[in-house]
Amino acid sequence: MSFSSLTGRSKENAHKTKLNRQSLQRWVVVLTFFAWMLLLAFPVVSTSAEDRNPYAGDPKAAKAGEYEFRINCALCHGLGAHGGGRGPDLTRAQKKHAHSDADLFQVISNGIPGTVMPANGTNGQGVGMTDEEIWQIITYIRSVEVRASLSSAGSAAHGQQLFFGDANCSLCHMVEGKGGRLGPELTGVGGSRTQESIIDSVRNPSRRLAWGLTEPTKEFPQEYETVTVVTAEGKKIKGVALNEDNFSVQIMDSGEQIHLLEKDRLRSFQKSRESVMPPYTPDLLSDQDLQDIVAYLTSVGTK
Amino acid sequence: MSAGKDKEIGGETREAVLRIFSPLLMIWLTLALLPTPGRAQVTFERLLNSGREPQNWLTYSGDYSGRRFSALDQINPANAHSLTAQWAFQTGASGKLETSPLLVDGIMYATAQDDRAVALDARTGRPIWLYQHQLPGDIRPCCGRVNRGLAILGDKVFLGTLDAHVIALDSKTGNVIWDVIAADYQKGYSFTVAPLAVKNLIVIGVSGGEYGVRGFIDAYDASTGERKWRFYTVPGPGEPGHDSWEGDSWKIGGAPAWNTGTYDPATNQIFWPTGNPSPSNRGEGRAGDNLFSNSLLALNADTGKMNWLFQFTKHDEHDWDATQVPVMIDAGGKHLIAQANRNGFFYVIDRSTGKLLSASAYGNTTWTDSKDAEGRPIARKEASPTREGHTVCPGALGATNFMAPAYNPQTALFYVTARDQCDIFSTAPQPYEAGHAYYGSAYFPSDEAEPYRGFLKAIDPATGAIRWQFEHTSPTWSGVLSTAGGLVFTGDAEGNFVALNAASGQPLWHFQMGGAVYAPPIAFAIDGKEYLAIAAGSAIYAFALP
Repeated sequence: MSFSSLTGRSKENAHKTKLNRQSLQRWVVVLTFFAWMLLLAFPVVSTSAEDRNPYAGDPKAAKAGEYEFRINCALCHGLGAHGGGRGPDLTRAQKKHAHSDADLFQVISNGIPGTVMPANGTNGQGVGMTDEEIWQIITYIRSVEVRASLSSAGSAAHGQQLFFGDANCSLCHMVEGKGGRLGPELTGVGGSRTQESIIDSVRNPSRRLAWGLTEPTKEFPQEYETVTVVTAEGKKIKGVALNEDNFSVQIMDSGEQIHLLEKDRLRSFQKSRESVMPPYTPDLLSDQDLQDIVAYLTSVGTK
Repeated sequence: MSAGKDKEIGGETREAVLRIFSPLLMIWLTLALLPTPGRAQVTFERLLNSGREPQNWLTYSGDYSGRRFSALDQINPANAHSLTAQWAFQTGASGKLETSPLLVDGIMYATAQDDRAVALDARTGRPIWLYQHQLPGDIRPCCGRVNRGLAILGDKVFLGTLDAHVIALDSKTGNVIWDVIAADYQKGYSFTVAPLAVKNLIVIGVSGGEYGVRGFIDAYDASTGERKWRFYTVPGPGEPGHDSWEGDSWKIGGAPAWNTGTYDPATNQIFWPTGNPSPSNRGEGRAGDNLFSNSLLALNADTGKMNWLFQFTKHDEHDWDATQVPVMIDAGGKHLIAQANRNGFFYVIDRSTGKLLSASAYGNTTWTDSKDAEGRPIARKEASPTREGHTVCPGALGATNFMAPAYNPQTALFYVTARDQCDIFSTAPQPYEAGHAYYGSAYFPSDEAEPYRGFLKAIDPATGAIRWQFEHTSPTWSGVLSTAGGLVFTGDAEGNFVALNAASGQPLWHFQMGGAVYAPPIAFAIDGKEYLAIAAGSAIYAFALP
């Protein structure tokens, strides 16, 4: 007997029920079944997936939503919904995963698979928000949206040329399968970070390294710290830390070679939060060219 | 809506069933309690004299003092490098495994997430019995589904559950002997703590400080499950301390008691620490000191009456629960009790009187710049959360948290897992709604500050000075064990189990367990062979010399 056999019992029964229902081959019945499954799975959450925001445009609801937003969303999306290192700027009218209020409701309720956006109630803090509170948050988000076009600031086409050409970004960064591996992969960055934070990372790469990939949302943080070691044989290796614990470190050097090292066998081990990426000062990369690169990353990241 | 009504009826039915069956249960209990010859019962006398049987680990902290110290000395700095994994037991549960196992005469008793309990052959890791409490789907555990362990007394082990039940299991079979409901889980009450067995009582403190509960510490008759006393950690009208709450705020004042306290047989006092006032991060609406939140309580073990209290953080607005294990230390003829508090200070208190003797910072503390007449650090006005949000250290997770500390009488050092992290605290007023998260503020890591750092720190209780510290790659949630072999053991967030020299902090050995550690280690012996055990990932591991 195992624990899984104890907990697996109800699943087995549910499966049998499902087969019986399906054997009737009537989609109405199947739908009824799934409605019941939903009822059983979420006994406390109201199950009618509403598609209209009952509070649309209500300033009182927006205020309540602001406070709920601070408690539940600001960790990643920042105070004021302007975005942080982890979550996108939600004051943008154009959003990658949701257009209508109903879309937003779905995203907040169910999360976005493959991203760190969790489903409501799964962050370990109790049972999550009520439908009412989710609608209040959506009302708040709508109240702070800025309806400005994203692409007006720069030329994405020129940005792409620079990224893979003169600006040398692709030596270390990959976008859509092309480019280097030493730095963070950037295909989605234009959708998940604010333009200001991307610009800041290009101008001052050491200020925040890989901003925010830490504990609450990721068990295995990669912060792209710079590591310099001298091995027992006297060989010097410099690169970025892929992962590290108290006793070992995995490093990628500028030639994309991976080194797997035990710390007690090293002559020296030095870690620094000075990024291996050079600061792109305005004399190296003009404001306009940087805007073009950001426009390119935004166009890819919000596809 | 109909689903909600069904739930209520379900709860009433359950209580009715209990009422009907309790006489039958009593008869059965009477039969079950008849002594069996040759059975090695874990009597109160054995718990009192746990020092005489260092091969066993009989309470959450190993003994009543809270020291998490093992007198076993077979494993020492000279041979620790050859420690070897002996077995692993997979619980099959996911999430944070915070259990601190018990060890009685070769059998390990442990819990896992979702309120599972297990008895294992501690030599092989093979299970003897398994118990799974059936949890309702809508429980409200703040901060994850966790359980920190069992208490043992007689031939029963005792479990507190996430739906606020207290359950006695037969230690031979895992069968339920009694099961009582302490509070309404739908209002946010739950148990995560390992209970403490004292005399014939099972003492347990409630969780729910993030839900506006009214905290309490309960004592149940170990034989019957009858509640013998309840101490409300938020005093009601007419009780001392009630006037430290504004208006009706006491009704939802929090002050949970979710970590295991200690017991002093000499004075028959239980020392139990309490957590944050509710809402956890907003002081508006609950003006006053908010007693007995964030306090150490000295309670008469027989009656639950309070002898003294010491409040660490008055009118807390940063979620700094004072629920860390209070450790009894006898030194220089003085009877002390020490706590490394979540607010970043290490407190030493005279446990006869409750008088503060010293408070020394062991981490980054920007919330205070002065002390009151008693020597207690007091909060700066500017440390309160603001609308725009501002940075305060330590952050809401604290300079330490639930991680069990250790005190080694041979090195006379106090070992604690510490965290350097600052948070931005910003107000977010919320109306109270039963069973809903009730914070009143938002907090998130300050991006302007340095990355978080984690340490194992060795504090000298005589001076408050940090004798040595071992820096982890990242902050860990593991507790600490110290042994008479001159070692300290801890785990790290990257999955290592680590042995360090207790005098110097030098790491001597490690083993990669493949999952982050949220639990404290224990030590035990079978047939004269010393073992260590700790939970990591979803498993419990045991180690010994080859």
